[in-house]
This record gives sequence, structure tokens and C-alpha cells, in this order.
Amino acid sequence: MDIDAVPQEGNATLGGHRKAVYARDEQGRIVIAASRGWEVEEIVTSHAVDALVAQAEEARQGVLAGTASPLAYWMYACRMDVALLSQTSGFWQWRVRRHLQPAHFARLSDAQLARYADALGKTVEQLRQIPR
Amino acid sequence: MSSFQHQHAAHCESGVISNLLRHHGMPMTESLAFGLSSALSFAYLPFVKLSGLPLIAYRMPPKSIIKGLLAPLAMRFRFETFRNAAAGQARLDELLAAGKVVGLQTSVYWLPYFPPDMRFHFNAHNLLVYGKSGDEYLVSDPVFEEPVRCPSADLARARFAKGVLAPKGLLYYPESIGRRDITPDALRKAIRKTCRMMLAPVPIAGVRGMRLLAKKVARLRRDDAHTAAYIGHIVRMQEEIGTGGAGFRFIYAAFLQEAAQLARMPQLSAFSDRLTAIGDGWRAFALKAARMVKGREPVDPLVIAAKLREQADLEEAFFRDLKTTVA
Repeated sequence: MDIDAVPQEGNATLGGHRKAVYARDEQGRIVIAASRGWEVEEIVTSHAVDALVAQAEEARQGVLAGTASPLAYWMYACRMDVALLSQTSGFWQWRVRRHLQPAHFARLSDAQLARYADALGKTVEQLRQIPR
Repeated sequence: MSSFQHQHAAHCESGVISNLLRHHGMPMTESLAFGLSSALSFAYLPFVKLSGLPLIAYRMPPKSIIKGLLAPLAMRFRFETFRNAAAGQARLDELLAAGKVVGLQTSVYWLPYFPPDMRFHFNAHNLLVYGKSGDEYLVSDPVFEEPVRCPSADLARARFAKGVLAPKGLLYYPESIGRRDITPDALRKAIRKTCRMMLAPVPIAGVRGMRLLAKKVARLRRDDAHTAAYIGHIVRMQEEIGTGGAGFRFIYAAFLQEAAQLARMPQLSAFSDRLTAIGDGWRAFALKAARMVKGREPVDPLVIAAKLREQADLEEAFFRDLKTTVA
């Protein structure tokens, strides 16, 4: 990549930051240049972020419809899945999956809720609700 | 502490180690650290899942850059992990009070200074802490242009995040640096090691790993939403903060230029140009894939697979020739 080809397309997912890339200057030396971002990166990053946002929204609708527990919403809102939440909370995956159902979630003790809250970086109070 | 000089880098681990070594008076660039530790690679690890998608690495596993530099520079590093966050933080504060600059492995997700769209659960990020002011740590994160600050509670969470590649509070700093010059011999040895990795006779590594990934991609269904996610994932592993990709080919090309001078092997300059062209090929690949993800052209796994095989062929020829040159 030549230095005048370094993308400066303003990748929105970088949040205004610039990243360092290596490119060839006029003398053919490879140097570090700051890039405002490349559209390609923006596309693939927002694609991944959108998929996570959609999962969280689907879970939120599920909570409103009574088919999912608030834990399902927060798991996706925190960009996790069952495997990761299991590792961070210490609950086995089959238990995490059960706790995604409203009836099982309602029976969780405060101590168990606290484990989830801690894994997700939320308070127990937040964990019991979802944004309207 | 105030004498610490932050420098912007393309990749976290090579950036951290080069900033750290420069702090200790060693002239070290990011690309030299990257090349000398033989960090360039390719690996397709279907059994390690990140959000349900396989890990595709364009470089060696975390910590290998630091470890790869220990022998050529006759260095001793101290690595410490902790059972709990309190002990990890106490030790970090103790080292900072003693005036040390300390490297840390962290998760990206819990670092508040990262842009929200970049905050994924990726646990092998590296950064340096060079001081503390009140309840905030002074952080030199090499993928950021300027030093940043991070509240202690957030940093503790980032250091003790769980999951794949959990950092367990890992911190590291040099105990001694044995030599300050880089010998032509060490450079040749490092290049030979990279050639060996890229041409390794195992199916998941190097050019064979690329071909295995191509085979896997070719089997994806054209009309499945998962296919676009998978293709996007390959590019995201390639271009994002964290793992990098085509970018690594360019860093290695920069290293080959430096090596041409340091090892007095002018023939390496031509290899640098050739690798730059291969890196451009990876960029073209990323562009093609992104257009499919965005729906600007039809999703065609076969086209992606063909491009991957083409890159594999180019890299195979490149590393075979490079191997004979440094043999």
C-alpha cells in the first residue's frame, strides 16, 4: 500500500480515533501513517455490531412477550452468548440456558443474581428489568 | 514516570513491547519487534470459537512476540498472574510506585476509552501502564494515538475478564536486557522461523491453514445469513484492532526493509516489495468480502474461497523463495 492510498474514509466505528497503518512513502520506505479508517472495516464491524444489537432487541421483545427472562436481554446487550456467560458467571451452560426462561429466572436467589450481575457488570436491580 | 514516551502502533503486542524497550533505552521499532520475534503467521482454529465463529489468526498467539524477543536480546522478563483482582491491583500499584512501566494483558470490552463499536469480548489485548493519578491509571495503549486514562475499577475488570484467552491479571516487565545490538544471525534465524511456520506441514497453520479455510468457505451455502456473517468475520479478524491481518503483511514488509540494512542483505528489499503486493492482495480480498456483506454484490462463497487459495499460492511461493535466500 502506498502512503497516498492509506484510507481516510472516516470509519464511524473508530469513534473519531485514528489507527496506525504501514505504507510506502515516495522513497519506497515503509513508514507508519495514521488512518481515519477504511469503509471495509466499517462495514464488517457494523455488520457484527448490528447482529448483536438485533439479538438483544429480539430478546427484549421476548421479555415483553413473556417468553424470555431479562437475563437473555442483558446477555446479548453485553455482547455475550451462553458459552461466554457460562464462563464468566461460573454457571453451567445448561443452567444459563434455563435461566433465560422467565419461570426459572424468577426462582433465582439474590446470591445467584449477584453472580450474573457481577459477570455482566450490572447491578442486581438493573438485571431484573429491561429498558422500555 | 514522566519520561515515558508513547508511540502509536498498528498492533497492540508489538507496540507494547517496542514502547517498553525504547523506554529502557533500546532502539526498537514495532516492525523490528514483530519480525525479530517471528510473529507473522496464519492459523485457522475451528475448535476455538469467538461468538460461535472460528478463530482465524494472522499472527502467532498472544505473548509470543515478547517471548520471541527474549533469546535474541538475551532478556529476562517477569510474568505474573493473580488469583484475584485485589492482589493483581496491589501488585500493579507496588510496581508503579517503584517507578516501573508495566505491561498488561486485558480484555477490550471493559476498557471505557475504547469506542463502543470496538468493544468486543476479546481477551488478548496488550497495553502499558506508566503511572497512576488519583484513582486513574495512566495508560499507554499503543493502538491509540495518545496516552489515555482508565479508572482502576474498569482496569481491574479488563484484567480479570474470563473466557477464551482469559488474562488472569497477567502483568509483565523486563528484569534485565542482555544485549542492545541486533545481530544479522538473529535476524536470519527469525526469518527462517517464520518461513518454517508458514510452510509447516500441518493442516491448520500457514498456507495450508489458508487452504483449509478456503475449503470450509467453499462449503458454505450461498443463501444462508450465516454465510455473510462468516465472511464478515474473516475480514474482521483480518483488519480489526486486536488480530490485524493484511496489516501484518505490511508490518513484516517494513521489517524486511530494516533487516536488509541491519543484516546487510540488500536482496531482502525485493522481498519487502513482494510482500507489500501480497498485502495489497489481502486488502482486495477484504474489499470483495465487505461488498458481499453489504449486499453490493451477491454473496458467493466460491469467489471468496478462490481468492483465499490465490493468496495461499502467492504466500507459499514467497516464503519458499525467502527461505532459500536466508538459508
